[in-house]
Amino acid sequence: MSFSGFQTMLGADALESSNFLTLFAVFMAVCVVMYLLVIAALLIGMWRGRSSREQLTVESGRHHETEPAFRTALIGWTALILVGLTALTIASFFTDRSNASVAQNPGLTLKITANQWWWDVEYTSPDSSKMIRTANEIHLPVGVPVEATLQASDVIHSLWIPNLAGKQDLIPGRTTDIQLLPRKIGTYRGQCAEFCGIQHTHMALDVTVESKADFEKWVAAQQRVAFAPTTPLQLAGYRYVTTRECSACHNITGTPAGGTIGPDLTHFASRRSIGAGTLPMNTGNLYGWVADPQSQKPGNHMPTIGLEPADLHAVVAYLETLK
Amino acid sequence: MSSRFPNKLAAVALLALLCGCHRDQQQPRGQPLGETVPAAASPDTIFPGGATPAPLDPRAADYEHNAYAIAQGQQLFTWMNCVGCHAHGGGGMGPALMDGKWRYGGRIDQIASSIADGRPNGMPAWRGKLTNQQIWQLAAYVRSLSGQVRKDAVGARADTMSNTPPQTETIRKPVEPADSAQ
Repeated sequence: MSFSGFQTMLGADALESSNFLTLFAVFMAVCVVMYLLVIAALLIGMWRGRSSREQLTVESGRHHETEPAFRTALIGWTALILVGLTALTIASFFTDRSNASVAQNPGLTLKITANQWWWDVEYTSPDSSKMIRTANEIHLPVGVPVEATLQASDVIHSLWIPNLAGKQDLIPGRTTDIQLLPRKIGTYRGQCAEFCGIQHTHMALDVTVESKADFEKWVAAQQRVAFAPTTPLQLAGYRYVTTRECSACHNITGTPAGGTIGPDLTHFASRRSIGAGTLPMNTGNLYGWVADPQSQKPGNHMPTIGLEPADLHAVVAYLETLK
Repeated sequence: MSSRFPNKLAAVALLALLCGCHRDQQQPRGQPLGETVPAAASPDTIFPGGATPAPLDPRAADYEHNAYAIAQGQQLFTWMNCVGCHAHGGGGMGPALMDGKWRYGGRIDQIASSIADGRPNGMPAWRGKLTNQQIWQLAAYVRSLSGQVRKDAVGARADTMSNTPPQTETIRKPVEPADSAQ
């Protein structure tokens, strides 16, 4: 049982979500049976009316007795509740067990830090030259168990990629974690699921599940430093970005821009969206975003600089080289 | 009973509401775009023989007692590593900011000017690194550290762990005269 869609709880595109979907089906079946029985009992009671119960009144002296049919039904009902609850408990136990088994041998470890209102993603590795830093997107190889440690830098956020797993909160000052075993290649959308301020809506995470070969290719591209500017316009943009406001907050590996407050821009133009899912990535949107981020995503922490037209053209030309 | 009394009450309530609006008025873009920190008419007072400072910049009113600006400034104070030299207001390599003494003037536009252009002995210039609106916001926060800002505008808690009472619990100090340079 599964449905298609890039943001659906019924996608069953990972071990966790398909486990949950099965559990959901079990709960639904048990509850539907019980509900139908209750309604049937109610209808039978209404249909039989008062007449048949009159024999067991105080006047007839038999008010303490129970009809044999009722007695059987009540015992059966109690037994059904017992069996139903036991079945649900066992199903729930095995779901949790199966989900927890993913954590035992993760093939990939991530660190995701939630900020107002974007996701900071780090692919951790014992070899520091293999670490990757990106933002607002994760790429996962299909069939490889992943463990992500989750942190928040300001307020409580919640990571929710409905196609892959349930929600997990990110709490300032604490480390939580989530395990995933993606099973289907595709692009999905994650979303912050805990109200975290004015731009909570625009705090999405692009998730790409791809084949192992594609993933290795992506990793190799991410480990590279940023491309050097080639045209004079790009060079002017490079100069602005690395010496002015941009570099106070943003990092571009391989350049003097080394800020750590905003999203890493080293491979910014290779991403699918701008501003944590606010706008699709294209030249027009990039102009709009750089010119006035406060009109695209009001209240976000990137200030409107008020760039001169020449600087705006140069900055956009340079940002587009950051593939 | 005068029938005009409820009207007066309504007017007072409306005025109170308007004050509240100003306290937390949010201007995420900065109006007008590309507004500037004082540059032409310097608010500085440190000149040989002394000088009278220029009149208070009219834009100061938008930031000075504005809770939003102060909160943004508080975040920038950590982000831009002001803490590295000034600690959380107590001072270290750089001078303390939480007392009422200002070497280069304690008016918000004088503080903005110090941040924008830097000062001798280590204070870097932030003009061109921060937007002018961010400099105003930082100035609003730095000024609030000295306890001279209205209690209803300052933050009830710091972004970092702190062993001092929150600003809303400290005694408001009298506003120092504009030329409070030592």
